[in-house]
Amino acid sequence: MREMKLFLGPQHPGMHGNASVHMYVDGDIIKRSFLLPGMLHRGFEKGMERHSWMNNISLIPRVCVVEPDINELAFAMGAEKLLGLEVPERAHWIRMIIMELARLSIHLMAYGGIGGPTGNYTLMYHAHADRNEILDIFEQITGMRVYHQYIVIGGVRKDLPKGIEKDIHKFLDSLEARYDEYRDLGIDNPSIIKRIKDTIMLPKEVVWELGVTGIGMRSAVNKPYDIRKVMPYCRYDQVEFEVPYSDYSDARSRIDCKLKEILQSISIIRQCLIKIPEGPVRVPISRGQSMRWVVPKGYVYSAVESSRGEFGYFMVSDGGTNPYRVGVRGASYPQGLLGVEKYMPGTRIDDAPMWIDTMGVCSPEIDR
Amino acid sequence: MKDNENKRYKHASIFGPMRHFKYIFKKPVTHPFKIIFTRKNASYLNDNAIIKNKKRLDSAPRTAPDNLRGFHTNDWEVCIGCGTCADICPTDAIRMVERADLKDEAGKLQQRPVIDYGRCCFCALCVDTCTTESLKMSKEYIYASTDPDQFLLMPEKTWQGEKVEQGYVKTEESDLLDLKRIPMEHIEPDERKKSFIEVVRGYSKEYARQEAARCVECGICTSSCPVQMHIPDYIKAIWEDDIEGGLRQIYETNPLPGVCGRVCTHNCETACAIAVRGEAIAIRWLKRYIIDSAPDDMYDKIFAEPVTEVIDAKIAIAGSGPSSLSAAYYLRALGYTVDVFEEKDRPGGVASYGAPQYRIPDYAVEKDINFIKKIGVNIKTNTRVGTDITLDELQKKYDAVFLGTGFFKARMLNIPGADHKDVIGAMDFLPLARDLARGHLKLDEMNVLPSAVVVGGGDVAFDVARNLTRIQIMKYGKANVLLTSLESRDILPASLDEFVEGGEEAVKMELGFGPQEIMIKNGKVKGLKVWKCLSVFDEAGRFNPKFDETQEQVFEADQVYLSIGQAPDYDYIPESMKDKVIIERGKIKANEVGQVAGQEWLFVGGDIFRGPDIITGVADGHRAAQGIDEFLYKKSKKKEQSEYYKELREAIHFNTPVLAMKPKRK
Repeated sequence: MREMKLFLGPQHPGMHGNASVHMYVDGDIIKRSFLLPGMLHRGFEKGMERHSWMNNISLIPRVCVVEPDINELAFAMGAEKLLGLEVPERAHWIRMIIMELARLSIHLMAYGGIGGPTGNYTLMYHAHADRNEILDIFEQITGMRVYHQYIVIGGVRKDLPKGIEKDIHKFLDSLEARYDEYRDLGIDNPSIIKRIKDTIMLPKEVVWELGVTGIGMRSAVNKPYDIRKVMPYCRYDQVEFEVPYSDYSDARSRIDCKLKEILQSISIIRQCLIKIPEGPVRVPISRGQSMRWVVPKGYVYSAVESSRGEFGYFMVSDGGTNPYRVGVRGASYPQGLLGVEKYMPGTRIDDAPMWIDTMGVCSPEIDR
Repeated sequence: MKDNENKRYKHASIFGPMRHFKYIFKKPVTHPFKIIFTRKNASYLNDNAIIKNKKRLDSAPRTAPDNLRGFHTNDWEVCIGCGTCADICPTDAIRMVERADLKDEAGKLQQRPVIDYGRCCFCALCVDTCTTESLKMSKEYIYASTDPDQFLLMPEKTWQGEKVEQGYVKTEESDLLDLKRIPMEHIEPDERKKSFIEVVRGYSKEYARQEAARCVECGICTSSCPVQMHIPDYIKAIWEDDIEGGLRQIYETNPLPGVCGRVCTHNCETACAIAVRGEAIAIRWLKRYIIDSAPDDMYDKIFAEPVTEVIDAKIAIAGSGPSSLSAAYYLRALGYTVDVFEEKDRPGGVASYGAPQYRIPDYAVEKDINFIKKIGVNIKTNTRVGTDITLDELQKKYDAVFLGTGFFKARMLNIPGADHKDVIGAMDFLPLARDLARGHLKLDEMNVLPSAVVVGGGDVAFDVARNLTRIQIMKYGKANVLLTSLESRDILPASLDEFVEGGEEAVKMELGFGPQEIMIKNGKVKGLKVWKCLSVFDEAGRFNPKFDETQEQVFEADQVYLSIGQAPDYDYIPESMKDKVIIERGKIKANEVGQVAGQEWLFVGGDIFRGPDIITGVADGHRAAQGIDEFLYKKSKKKEQSEYYKELREAIHFNTPVLAMKPKRK
């Protein structure tokens, strides 16, 4: 049979953002494939060099659209390391709340995402409706729903608004109550199990070969490797949580880990809300107005655990008002760009969107 | 937490799907359309044909949270047009637009921000960095138009003509400005009282750079400075640790930076944008930092090319105060031969004989004057115009004459006993104190008695009181100085620095009293009788003090010093000219650049023309230099000038300060 070229995305319910997969298919088996991340979020690293340390907060969240806070935190932590800056205690806890809410939001979105390629739109609507609640909370805390621009060098921009704890608790309770329902709708749903069980494998060897981190790695290598545990930042060493892992990395096992992380995140946020101390939330970087803040010479790597794995910023400062160079380690780069080329071929066309979804691919962080 | 059962799904009963009926009784997870919009936006959409059911829209509109970063609002009354929002904007969405319809006030620029909502990313950095807190964000976040130009909006206090709720506003924690000044080190009061050592130590390099880092480069200071110094530029040079660049910037507009860096009245700091909410940038001390840290050989670099083309014209300058030196500097820079005549043995005028040594030491004045001498200005000291050389002679010998003789006569009070020898005017005392400080006089030669009352509430009164404190401590081991003024504390004309430092040096203050009589017993001053002053100015704002005679007090003292103003001395103007020069309220009448009407060769500046401070004198000198150059250029027969000379003239005329006497910012 003749080999045919097929575009998956960018207009496809199973695709993420403006990414697309170019596939050469034989029948419904993919023979060759490669990812086109969309080229919409290019030049961010270069752009950061042209903005001052403070102004960069308008640019960095765009490196990953659905989960912008990891960028803000990695950037802020890196600069703080170079500055030797001690962030106020309360700011650490607020940052953790934001990070875990963001993790919930993207897990819900990704989990709902499997509704697209499988035709189970109820799951997608429910997940997005719950995500909307998180965005409402973000809107109250930061003033924006998606690009929060909230975590800055030296802390966070503003303190939590009064009474937000109540809203967060209310949401966490409702999400926890819905948890079994979500399982029923998706991962325990017979029609979906058939699509995700024992297929779209990510074996251990591939993890080591490509450098996959996050859920993809944990569900394959049978180890709870998590930046929050191995290199604790903020105050993750002062809260109790477990890292779900598994030794059989098919799509279902990865989704399962994701769902279990939702429960862990709920628990972390609850602990944060209890343990959060009172106090200031921000310290200025140095004397002077923000456009004349300088960060000492040096280089630094700071990493956070995103929903897709280790997400890091390598930053070089020449002692000026702008970063000299910033390099972003996008968590989905290995599986998203290399994995699609090397390991997607051999699967079927209808597996491709599921492949992208369960591996956790965020195209802007590949472009950046 | 390991879990790899991956068990097969449960076999559900045939009635399994029935459980989904429970969702009939649950609330829908989706949001009804009506709650997505705020009330304002809902009414906007009401005009839209898309929305059919209007009732539903108005029923329960969504309220945006308090922090929402919606469209901007800007209170024009508060906004000063500094443009910091435009500088910080990471998306270059904000531009400052000139608005000629705005009032031209001190401390405000006639411009307001315009925001391009095609570019704005709603990060609110502009709000966080706003110097006045006028720029805020509202809770409005829906705006639609078919015309792209409609997205260039000039935020006003209202949004689309309607008062709206505030969304994101700046808090103390989100503030991106540094409102606290780097503290300046002073010598301890107990220590400095014993000698004439300079009180203010000056910034170290580290502190100066930190202080410079607070500047937002708005340039409001420049427009309020009488000489329009390039303040943001030299502050930026300090921040970049470029002393030479800073020195270059300073000398374009001010040839007496060492003096002005110490005793300027700093209108710039009053106008400073940071001062709206915090402490102004220490512009004066930063200027002083540049001069203090510039080595002498750096001065040679800023005048790299010596003036080669000497114009065949000579200019005489009477007096060597700030305005005279300023005129001399710029005229010499244009290539004229300049002779300065000074009656005392040191040039500098008020900087050398008026201001006290502990404010501005001789070496600082000399540093400025040495550079002016170095570029070729001849200063002839001990030559008094009027006696050693007459004005008529000057007119004959020189092509133009500049008078900057200043106010060097003390004004006396017309009350009983004021003619006693122990009633001393400020301007008679201060030059002697200065001579004592530099060792030209001995302590015994000073007529200072153990206790004194100083009358006056200005900076000069404090100069007298603090000089007296020092001399009394040197002579008698302790000081007893009392300062009394008509004005009460809240309307005291003296600067806050003087008030605070004077208090630290134990100058006693009794403010709000009017002197009535100097008590004399046995030929010796015994004290000053005063009445309580009820008001200094009448309703029309004229000086017309009212006293309460019942509240009478006597301040006991051996001496009374009067610091109630200064007067000029016009003895040097010959009788033949007196009727040609119009003198109004002690000042000579002249046109904008200081050219006396009918006497085209005669220019005036400084206290005798405009006053009242050093920096205005420097501005007068610069303007007069331009006026003299224009006058001589027209007169000169040499019409063809080289390119170099044209450039030189343009440069100096470009920086000539414009007259900008604005009221203070409220």
